[in-house]
This record gives sequence, structure tokens and C-alpha cells, in this order.
Amino acid sequence: MTAEASSPARYRWTVAARALAAIPLNYLLTSIVVGLLARHLPLNPVEASAAATLASFAIFAVIAMAVFQARSAGRAWLWMAGATLVLGGLLALSIHLGGRL
Amino acid sequence: MKEGFRQSMAWLHTWAGLLFGWLLFAMFTTGTAAYFQEEISRWMKPEIVATADRAAATQAAARYLQRTQPDADSWFISPPSARNPAVEVFWQPRKQKGEAPRRRKRGENSATLDGQGQPVTARETRGGSFLYRFHFDLHYMPVIWARYLVGVAAMFMLIAILSGVVTHKKIFVDFFMLRFCKGQRSWLDAHNVTAVFALPFYLMITYTGLVTLATLYMPWGIAANYAKPETFFEQAFPGRKEVERTGVAAPLVPLAPLMETASRHFGGAPVGSVRVVHPGDSSATITVTRASSAAIASRGESVVFSGTTGAIVDSGAPPGGAMATQSVMIGLHAGRYADWGLRWLYFLSGLGGTIMVGSGLVLWTVKRRARLSDPARPHFGFRLVARLNIAAIAGLPAGIAAYFLANRLLPPGMAGRADWEIHCLFIVWGAMLAWAVARPERRAWTEGLALTAALFASVPVVNALTVNRNLLTGLLSGDWLFVAFDLAMLALAAAFAVAARKAARGKAARAPRRARGGQDGLAPA
Repeated sequence: MTAEASSPARYRWTVAARALAAIPLNYLLTSIVVGLLARHLPLNPVEASAAATLASFAIFAVIAMAVFQARSAGRAWLWMAGATLVLGGLLALSIHLGGRL
Repeated sequence: MKEGFRQSMAWLHTWAGLLFGWLLFAMFTTGTAAYFQEEISRWMKPEIVATADRAAATQAAARYLQRTQPDADSWFISPPSARNPAVEVFWQPRKQKGEAPRRRKRGENSATLDGQGQPVTARETRGGSFLYRFHFDLHYMPVIWARYLVGVAAMFMLIAILSGVVTHKKIFVDFFMLRFCKGQRSWLDAHNVTAVFALPFYLMITYTGLVTLATLYMPWGIAANYAKPETFFEQAFPGRKEVERTGVAAPLVPLAPLMETASRHFGGAPVGSVRVVHPGDSSATITVTRASSAAIASRGESVVFSGTTGAIVDSGAPPGGAMATQSVMIGLHAGRYADWGLRWLYFLSGLGGTIMVGSGLVLWTVKRRARLSDPARPHFGFRLVARLNIAAIAGLPAGIAAYFLANRLLPPGMAGRADWEIHCLFIVWGAMLAWAVARPERRAWTEGLALTAALFASVPVVNALTVNRNLLTGLLSGDWLFVAFDLAMLALAAAFAVAARKAARGKAARAPRRARGGQDGLAPA
């Protein structure tokens, strides 16, 4: 991820942008995915919650790697923000319609 | 990214590894030591030699608690085991109405007993359990922040491992190419060999480590289904439901027969702990849990008995697949099930992980030293990393050696003795950091490693002078714990002495090597 930027300052900004997408935004997205899995895996609620939680670290790691592998920081952000909005909306809808225990 | 997947992962591996490398080094070091935490504790309490029958010792412990803590809300008895000859008891005092919950001092609600239920007088120490707790709770800071910090480090580790596998394309070829005395190439080889040597172990230990605190790091899987997390835990562990006190006095049934019944329930596996809730009340229950040495799963099966009749109240439904998986993952991490052979394998794998992290940190400086514009005056970042490496890699082991020495040298009756043992660890660690900053880098390496070697070598000597159990008496009387501990200290001393020698020699031989550094490394970061 060195050649993307033409100047050192620009390079630092793109690293910072990716790090923001790969850590805080990734945590938000992973939490949403885990929430959706916990609600919709075909298991009882205890089991589904546990299974989704167990998978969470793998999900986070894969997304983080994907963000640093993306062609540009902008693309990474676009994908991350898009997925967060869409899946977050689905989770909100699922909780709104199905309720919680 | 223009350079492709591998290069971007090399970059990620380098920086994710560096950012949390020192904390991970400390976690690996203390976590590895913690595989022998019971043994370290026994070495640090040489006064305790009692061995006794599990059931008789548990019954004696119950008598002790009956005498001293009849009004407690609950008792917890950990019977003697193959790894710990003493009985450990804890109690939870009954909450007074309106009393604010407060942190209790250590030792205020626990005791160590012999097989006859008599308190054992041993020197005050936190023993091996301090190293175990430091591994994820750190020290001198609130536990909750420490756990978040450790969790972030573990997550970086997971990403460093995954991106490392991608980066080291020839990782399995490299495994057979440990080239000694070749400068940067040797550090890279050392990093690769230790990484591949136990790669499945690192992946397992990192992932399962995250799982041990999963509900802290990722509470949203539960929150998505439950408005209150308590509901989840009640459904997941129905045996742990709180019962109301009746206020009607009733004597407690003898524990020994219940332990036998429970043991039959566990297919003959020994009992690991006995918990009595509301002793002396007619609502009393006795929960007998299987020994953690008997199966991998960390949540031992347990049987709940009525405290007044001894009848089985609940024998626990088998957990579902995901909960069982989680239990086994935590069990794999803690390794409590491991017998001697496997325990040493855990220890050696942990040692390999410590070396992997350490050599990775050194590699960062070795690789960049070759490309410094002015090698006599490296920039601040380089100096910082180089000095922190010395402080971490030589400093923490020196601190642990000092912890063992303090255990033997601090006066037995000293106020706050256990705390001072720990302060000694951090004083030596901090002194090493100051030394690393004050001295020229090469010399700091040599001197730091040599001091660590000397401290480890002095542990058996100081032990022999202060306590009547040591390598020699151990060999004669079959006290293998003391034989093994002294030998381990000498082996560590030898390893650090060799490292110090290498560091001293490297100084003379470094100049010609510098020219070819950076050619055969990984993608530059």
C-alpha cells in the first residue's frame, strides 16, 4: 500500500482512512453482521447468539484484510459504508418486526 | 492496490505486528509461564507440602468453613489435586441490607487449608496466579481497560497471523532454511521457523483467547436477541439461578458421599470443586463440578444436590453445539485438561510464540537499519522501537526472575508482601527500560540480556540459601517440582547468556553485513 499515494502526506491520509474503515467502521459492520446471524441462524436464540459471537472475530479479521487490500481507500469506504447502511437497516427492521426476548 | 494482495498484506503484517508487538510479547511471556501457574505457586509457597484424600480434605474444609463462616452466602471449596496439594477455600459473605458492594482485600475471604482443615501458614504471595492474571488483566490499571487493550492486541495478532501467512509465500520452504549468523536473513528465518513451527497453535491460541472474553468484546450477538443480557445467561446456564433464602435453619449433609455420586455421574472423573450456596439454611444447594483436568471443555459438567437431603436437584442438560464449542475453545486456550506431556508441549509452543513475536520486533529494526540515511543517528521512531525492544525482550524476563527472587528474599512477615513481590517485577522491568534508553543500543542489548541471565541463574542459588527444598534435596527425596524449577531457571539463564554473547559478537561483525541487508527481505513497508 505504498504506491497509491504520490506524496508522503497523501500517503498518511490514505493509511488513516483505511485504518478508520478497518477498525471502528469494521467493528460496527461486524457487530451488525453478528446481530443478523444471531437473529436468523436456524438455531435456538442461545445457540444462535453463541455461534454468531464465536464467528465474530473471523468476520472482523477478514473484513479488515479486505479493507487494506482494496484498490483505493475511497473504494474501501464506499463498500464499508454501503454494507453498514444496508445490513444495519435490515437488522433494525428485523428487531423492529421481531422484537427481542 | 497497485502492488497486489501480497504486498498490501506485508504492509499490514508489519504495522499491525509492530503496534501491539510489545504488549503481545508480554502476553505471550506471562501466558506461557501461566501453563505452569500451579507449579510456580507451589514453588513460591515452599511451606505447603500437605497431600490428602480429596473427599476427606473437602469434608475437613467444610468443617473449617462451618466453624469460621457459618453465615456466609456461599462457600467454594477446591479439593487437592495432582497439581496442588492444598485445599483452597473461598467464601462470599452475606450482603447486609443497604451495604454498598465494595472491593474486598485479597485473603479477606479466602484461605489455604491442609488435609485436616487447618489453615496453612505460608508466605504471602500471589504466586503463579499473578502471571496468569497479568496475561489478560495487566497491572496498575483498571481490569476492564486492561481487558479491552488485551483484546485489541489479540485482534491485531489474529490479523498479523493471517496476513503473515499470506506474506510469507514460501513459508513452508523457509521452514527448512534456518540460516544462522546471516544478519537480517537469520532474523527472518528465526521469525519464519518459530511461526511455522506452531502456526496452528498460534492461530488456535489467539482465536480461543478472544473467545474467552467474547461476550465482553462482542456483546452484540446476545444483544440482538435479548433486551437484557441476564436473560441470555439464565437460559444458557439454568443451573446458576439464584435461590431465595428461607431463613429456616437446617444442617448440611456430609459432602463426601455427594462427591462420590457426582464422580460416578462424570464417568469416574474426579471432582474439581464443590460450591455450597446458603450453608445452614433449608434452601441450601451443593454444586459439585467435574475436575478441569478430566476433559477439554472448560465448563465442567456439574451436579446440583439439595443441601439438606442430598438428593439430586439438577444434573445439567448437555449444552447445545455452539455453547459446547465455546466451552471447548476456552478449554483449549487454558489447557487445564493437559497432562504433563501435553503441558510441556503447550509451554514450548508458547515459548515459540514469544520468540516469534520477539524476533518479529527485532526484524523490524534490523531491516530498517540497513536503509537508514544516517546509521549513526537514526530517527526518533527507529530509536524508540529499538529501545522498547530491549526493554520488552530482556526487561520482562528479568522482571519475572526478580519476582521469583523477591519471593525468597522479602521478609515473611512484611506488610503488603505479596504486593511488593509484584512491585519488584515492575521496578526491575522499569530499570531495564531506563537502562535501554541510557546506554548505546548494542551495549544495552548485551548488558540487558546478560543481567537477565544472571538473575535467572541466581534463582536456584538464592533458593538453596533460603529454603530447604532445592535441586539437590529434590533429587534425593523425589521432590521433582523443585528439581524441575531449578533446571528451568538454569535453562533460561543459559539461553539468555547465549543471546547476550551473540549480541556482543554481532557488534564486531555487523559492519560488512550491512551492505547486503534489505535485498532478500520482504516487500518494504
